[in-house]
Amino acid sequence: MKALAKEKRVELLFEVGCEEIPAGMLPKAEEELRTNIEKLLTAENLSEGVTVETFSAPRRLTAWVRGLLAKQPDVENEVTGPPKSVAYDAVGAPTRAALSFAEKQGVHVSDLYLVQTAKGDHLAAKQIRRGRTAEQILQAILPRAVHDLTWPRSMAWTGLEGPRFIRPIRWTVAVLNGKPVKLSIAGIPAGDTTRGHRFLGSSAIRVKSFADYEKKLRSNGVIVRPSEREDKIAKELEAHAKRGAFRVHEDDDLRKLVTYLNEFPSVIQGNFDPAYLSLPDEILVTVMRGHQKYFAVEKKNGELAPHFLAVINIAKDTKGIVRAGHERVLRARFADAQFFWESDQKCRLADYLPKLERVTYESRLGSYRDKVERVRAIARWLTEQWFNLGILQAHVAEADRAAELAKCDLATEMVREFTELQGIVGGLYARAQGEPDEVADAVYDHYRPVGLDDPIPRNLTGCAVALADKLDSIVGCFAVGVVPTGSSDPYALRRAALGIVKIILDKKLPISLSLAIGAASKALLTHKPKRGVTPTQETQILEFILDRAKFVFREREGFGYDEVSAVFRAGADDLVDAQKRLLALKAIRKSKNFEPLAVSFKRIRKILEKANVPVGEVRSVNPELFENGAERELHAAVREAASKVQTLKRSGKYQEALEVIAGLRKSVDQFFDGVMVMAENEAVRKNRLTLLAELLREFTTVADFSEIGGEERR
Amino acid sequence: MKAKVKLEKRIHGLTFQDLILKLSQFWVKQGCVLQQPYDVEVGAGTMHPETFLRVLGPEPYRVGFVQPSRRPADGRYGENPNRLYKHSQFQVILKPSPADVQDIYLDSLGAIGINLKEHDIRFEEDNWESPTLGAWGIGWQILLDGLEITQFTYFQQSGGMDLDPISVELTYGLERICAFLQGVESVYDLRWSADKSYGDIRLREEQQLSEYSFNRSDASAIRAEFELHEKQAKEIVEGFRDSTGKDRVRYPLLAAYDHCLKCSHLFNMMDARGVISTTERAALMGRVRTVACRTAAAYLEQIGGTVPRREARI
Repeated sequence: MKALAKEKRVELLFEVGCEEIPAGMLPKAEEELRTNIEKLLTAENLSEGVTVETFSAPRRLTAWVRGLLAKQPDVENEVTGPPKSVAYDAVGAPTRAALSFAEKQGVHVSDLYLVQTAKGDHLAAKQIRRGRTAEQILQAILPRAVHDLTWPRSMAWTGLEGPRFIRPIRWTVAVLNGKPVKLSIAGIPAGDTTRGHRFLGSSAIRVKSFADYEKKLRSNGVIVRPSEREDKIAKELEAHAKRGAFRVHEDDDLRKLVTYLNEFPSVIQGNFDPAYLSLPDEILVTVMRGHQKYFAVEKKNGELAPHFLAVINIAKDTKGIVRAGHERVLRARFADAQFFWESDQKCRLADYLPKLERVTYESRLGSYRDKVERVRAIARWLTEQWFNLGILQAHVAEADRAAELAKCDLATEMVREFTELQGIVGGLYARAQGEPDEVADAVYDHYRPVGLDDPIPRNLTGCAVALADKLDSIVGCFAVGVVPTGSSDPYALRRAALGIVKIILDKKLPISLSLAIGAASKALLTHKPKRGVTPTQETQILEFILDRAKFVFREREGFGYDEVSAVFRAGADDLVDAQKRLLALKAIRKSKNFEPLAVSFKRIRKILEKANVPVGEVRSVNPELFENGAERELHAAVREAASKVQTLKRSGKYQEALEVIAGLRKSVDQFFDGVMVMAENEAVRKNRLTLLAELLREFTTVADFSEIGGEERR
Repeated sequence: MKAKVKLEKRIHGLTFQDLILKLSQFWVKQGCVLQQPYDVEVGAGTMHPETFLRVLGPEPYRVGFVQPSRRPADGRYGENPNRLYKHSQFQVILKPSPADVQDIYLDSLGAIGINLKEHDIRFEEDNWESPTLGAWGIGWQILLDGLEITQFTYFQQSGGMDLDPISVELTYGLERICAFLQGVESVYDLRWSADKSYGDIRLREEQQLSEYSFNRSDASAIRAEFELHEKQAKEIVEGFRDSTGKDRVRYPLLAAYDHCLKCSHLFNMMDARGVISTTERAALMGRVRTVACRTAAAYLEQIGGTVPRREARI
C-alpha cells in the first residue's frame, strides 16, 4: 500500500451549543469528546499528525482539530487472481478464468499483469480505493463522537423519539477550513454561526476558524479555554486578597467548579456582619461554599474575616448591585444558621438521642438509635482490648460517651439543613456544652477518614468510635444482604472498609479483624435488631475488608501484587503485622536465593496439588524411609530452620526469619536434582510428599513464597 | 435581551399584586391560558391538575396560574423572615417545550423589571423530583445574584409514565422575587398593594396554621382521614376499568385525584406533627405515589392517550 495523493492539511472547528450543562460534568465530557474524536479518526486512518484539543463552558463543548488530511490517501491494492497456467491458453490468449477475474475486478483484461508468488506466477489486477474527503468522514464521525459521550443521566426535550443528551442541544458549529460542514447533531444542522454570552454577547456570531472563534467569542463575553478562565479567577482572587490584606480560604474543588460554572468569570468581594463570626468557622465556610459557592477569606492569623469572594458570570458590577444581592442572600443564610445554632442548643446534645428513633439507618437494621447502642458496644470492646494490651490512651468511658453522642446531630436542624456537616456539628455542640475535648473531638471526627487522603480521627477515642461505626455498618449490611456490587454501594461500605484499614495502619492498632467482626456480630445479636450473622457471612465480611487492605498495600504503599498475595495467603487478620511482614518480604526479595526458592515453592505446591496432598494435614516424616542423601539433608535443614524461624517470628523479626527460609535454597535444589518425588514404592513416595508438605506448612506462615513472581511481574 | 420595561426602581419595586399581574400578562401574551389556583390544599403548583394531568398525553397546552402552596413543616409561626407555612408560586406549563424557552423565560424577568445586564443570572443544575407524584424532571434553579428565584424543569415523567411530548415547567417563587425587587429583608415587610403589607394580609394565617400543624392538630384524626381518602381514591380508580361508553367519559377520575391530593397534604400534616418515622415516611409516600400513578394512568386512558413506550437506547 502506498499513499498517492499529495498531502493537504486542514483545520476543523466543531462546537455543540447547549443549554447550561452541569458544571461538575464538563471536565469529563471535554476529555471524552477528545478521545472519541481521536479514536474515530484513528479508525479512519486519519489520525496521523493530527492534534485534537477540546474545551468546554456551560453552554458549549468545543473541539479544535488541526493537521487533518483534506482527504484520506488513495490506497493502491493489488489483487491476485488465478495462476498463469489457468489464465492463459496454449497460445497465450486469456482464458475464461482470466476474463471473469478482470470483470470481477472491474478492469480491462489488458490491464491485468503477472506477479510472482510463492505458488508461482499469478494474474493480478491493480485496485485503487479512492480516499474519502475529510468532510465526508467528519459528517459520519462527529455526530458519533457526540452521541458516544456518557452522562450520569440524560434527558429528552422534544419527545420520546427525539434526541437525548445531558441538556437540550440548541446549535451546532462545524467549520472545515473556513467552510461549513454539512451535518447535523440532535437534528440541528451545523453552520458557521455560534452564540456569545447570554447577556454580554451577540446571539449570532459567524466564525471562520478556531482562532477567529476564540477571538470573537472573547469579545462576546465567552472565554473558551477553561485554563484561561481558571487563571482569570485565580488572578482576581489574588488581587482581592492583596487589596484587603487577607488570604483566600483554599478550596481546589471550588476553583474547578466555578471555572466550569461561568463563561466569563469575574470575582467580586462582598462583606457580612462581623457579628456572625461568633458562629464556628466550619459552619460559616459550609454556608458560603456549599450553597453560595463563595470563597471564604482568612486574616493572616488564620481567623475568618467578615468578607467573601464570589465568582460571577458577568464582566463587572460597577454599581454594586450584584454584590448587594449576594450579600443579602448570605445574610439570610447566616441568619438561618444562627437560628439553628441557637435553637438546636436549647436542649443538650444527649437529649436528641430519643429522636434518633425516628431516623432510620436501614429498614431491617432499625433506627440510628439502635445503631448507637451497637456502636457503643463495639467501641467498648475495642478500647477494653487495647487497654488490656497496655495501650493507656484507650479510655473505655470516653469512647462510650462519644459513641453515645456521635449520631445525635442527625436529629438537629443544623444537620438537616447542612447534611455535609454531620459529625462536625455534633462535635461543636458537644464542646460548646462542656463535654471533655477528647469526647467532643471524637464525635467531630468519627466519620473520618472519608477517603484515602482524608486524615484519621485525631485521638484514639475518635478512632475507636470511627472503627466501631464502620464495623457495625459493614457487618449489619452484610447480615441483611446489602452487599456492594459493581457501582452500587448505597451505604458506602467500601469507603467504610477503607477507613477501617487506614485507621488501623496509620495508628498501628493491634486488632484481630476476625475478632472485631465477631464483636460487631455479637452487638448485632444482643442489641436491636437482634440479628445473627452466619459464619459464611463473617468470612465474606473479612474478605471484603481484606480486599480493601490489599488495595491499600498495593496502591498506597507500593507493594507488588504478588508480595501482597504472598503475605495475605499467610494470614492478614492483624493488618499491622501483615504490614511488617510485607516490609520484610520486600527487603529480602532482592537477595540472590529468594526468587529461585520461590520457584521451588511453586513447584512444591503444584506437586502436592497434583498428588492430592493437603498441606494443612500434619503427618510426620519417617526418616527410615529415606533412600537418598539429599532427602535426609533437606529433612535436617527443614527441622533446623523451622525452630529458628519459629523463634524469630515470635519476636517479630520477620526479615531474619525470611533470610533463614531463603537459606534453604541449596537443600531444596539438591533435593529436586537428586530425588524423584513420585517414586514407584508407595510408602517412599508418600514419605517424600509428607516432607514437602511439612516444608510448605512451616515456611509459608510469614509469606507464602509460592505466590511470588509469576505473570504479573515478568 | 430587549428589556424595554424600565420599571426597575429599586426603592419601590413592584407590589406583590403587581408582580402577579405582570407575570400573568406576560404569559398570557405567550399564549397561556390564565388559570386559577387549585381549590384543594397542595404543596406545590405541580400538583394542580393543570400541571400533573395536563402534561400527560399528546395535546399541546400552555397555562399559567398562581398556586398558594402549603408546606406545614416549613411553618415558622410568622417569626422567620424567609420561611412560610404557605408560600405562593407562579406556575407556567409550556407543552411542548419551545426551542427558545430559556429566552422567553429571561424576557419574563425583564417584564417584571429586572435589568438582565446588571445582574448575575445563572442556570445551575437542579433536577426536580416529586416522589409522591411519581414525577421528575431535569433542569436548573435560576439564581439571581445568588438568590434562587425559579425552578426550571423539563418534565420527563409524571404519574410514573414517560412523557411525550416533553413539557417545560417554570415555577417562580413569588415572595422571594418580590422581596428582591422591593429590597426588603423580611417577607412580612413586602408591600402587597399600595397600602397593605404582606404581613397585614398573611401574618395571622402563618401564626395560626403553624401553631395548628405543629402543636394542635389531632394526629390520629389526620391518620384516619388519610386512610379514608386513600380508600376512596383507590375505589374510584379501580371502578374505572368496568366503565363503558358515556359512563366512561364522565367517570370521576378527577375526584380520585382530589383524594390523592388530600392524602398528600395529610401526609405533610403528619410529618409536621412529627408522628411518622423515616421508615413509615417512605411507606406512606409510596402509598400516595401508587394511587397518584394509577389515577394518572387511568386518566390518560380516559382522554384517549396511550402510554408512551421508549425504545431501549442511550
